[in-house]
Amino acid sequence: MVKFDLVVIGGGPAGMAAACSAYDRGVGSVAIIEREENLGGILKQCIHNGFGLHKLGEELTGPEYAAHYVKMVKERNITVFCETMVMSVSKDKIVTAQNRNGILQISSKAIIIACGCRERSKGALNIAGTRPSGIYSAGTAQKIINHFGYSVGKKAVILGSGDIGLIMARRMTLEGAKVEAVCEVMPYSGGLQRNIQQCLNDFQIPLYLSHTVVEIHGKDRVEGVTISEVDESRKPIAGTERYIECDTLLLSVGLIPENELARACGIDIDPVTGGAVVNNRCETCISGIFACGNALQVHDLVDYVSDEAETAGRFAAEYILNVNHKISKQLNTFAGNGVRYVLPHKIDANDKDDVTLYFRVSKPFGKVKMIVSDGNKHLSEVIRLSCAPGEMEKVTVKNDLIKSACENITISVEEQ
Amino acid sequence: MKKELICIICPRGCRLAVDISNDNIEVSGNGCKRGKDYGIGECTNPMRTVTSSVRLTDGKGMVSVKTSKPIKKADVFEVMDVIRNANATAPIKIGDILIENVCGCDIIATGEVD
Repeated sequence: MVKFDLVVIGGGPAGMAAACSAYDRGVGSVAIIEREENLGGILKQCIHNGFGLHKLGEELTGPEYAAHYVKMVKERNITVFCETMVMSVSKDKIVTAQNRNGILQISSKAIIIACGCRERSKGALNIAGTRPSGIYSAGTAQKIINHFGYSVGKKAVILGSGDIGLIMARRMTLEGAKVEAVCEVMPYSGGLQRNIQQCLNDFQIPLYLSHTVVEIHGKDRVEGVTISEVDESRKPIAGTERYIECDTLLLSVGLIPENELARACGIDIDPVTGGAVVNNRCETCISGIFACGNALQVHDLVDYVSDEAETAGRFAAEYILNVNHKISKQLNTFAGNGVRYVLPHKIDANDKDDVTLYFRVSKPFGKVKMIVSDGNKHLSEVIRLSCAPGEMEKVTVKNDLIKSACENITISVEEQ
Repeated sequence: MKKELICIICPRGCRLAVDISNDNIEVSGNGCKRGKDYGIGECTNPMRTVTSSVRLTDGKGMVSVKTSKPIKKADVFEVMDVIRNANATAPIKIGDILIENVCGCDIIATGEVD
């Protein structure tokens, strides 16, 4: 059995930032296990720009942002296992992985789960019709076009207006394809406003809100789709069906944190986020096992993934080095009015830092006041001119207020 | 003339209101100075950074690229035509110029190939 102080599962932006953060805080032996050929994760195929504005102060493409962290990993004495797949993680922190050389067992003092997320597939959607070729998840199409250099089709309809769907609408248009429509089942887009502007409006691609694909046509290859308007409960409205000729259907219908390893290990999972239940140290219910990045919650900006991963790395280091690890007073957080979820789920009231709560609102709002309350007093208040579920919000609570707070704190939004 | 725009400079996506009269352009709703510049630019001479990928000569896939600076929005498809028909040969480092002087910019690598 091989021994490392810290094993980081996943070599994407979260894993790389977490590993560097722990290493810089004095953890002697750190290993990153990555199942692909190279470090970088999903950023490798995100060739568009807009990354790094918050974190690095410059606008980078995905591969450039990844390269910044790959360089950091290489500058440190961090061991990287590529083309290696973790099969299981045990409560006593033994990681079992396999690669071309066979089975690898690593015993560790702490583990950081940074496996990212995967796309929701067509199977989860139950669309009627035939099963021809030409149906891709948006991320798969992104990889085929950007990484392998093949076209996926000439005339496309995109279902789902999350950021990947929007980015792919522009990408296919730039590569000479015609994107006939982007359909979104919700009455609002799940993507960033700037992407609707620069990916759809720039190319006059129509966005049909409250619309879905109800049938796929074609025997060997997609020949068209039938789209339909939906009512408030997302049920197709009879009589609103419309046929659109196309040879490609891209699905951008949500991301699912990848947590099979965590579940099998007995880590509590939040049914709303699909990620682990964690405290403000990014620590799961199993002491010494941490989670960060898209495996913890699906982010819209990689900059915040790096921040979260640094937190995980820092506290994994403190755990390994036996610093500050007794939790005596713990607060619980709850999603209140207008809030879908909030992270972290628990806060150690004895930690010395301010605590940032990350959350998403449940629907688009105009001007709101975001209130963190412990039932007796407001711990923090922020005014936002507008907010939407597609944009993660954060509110920081001062450490002295955390220390004096009652056990259960709730974050809610009030319309102004 | 009044126009509403979404600023694309950063993920915050500020809603800009742009008021254009004769030779004066007023921008409001911007969260920072870059938003004002974007609002004025978008109404006078819209610019975009183009990202894509260039085929490698040895058949080993693609290398990602971007324009070295924002180019005129009207030139986007012309630049894409050049990028689509180009080839590049490894080794490539980030920042290497792969195609020179297309519509006033260079096409530079954003990825590494050994």
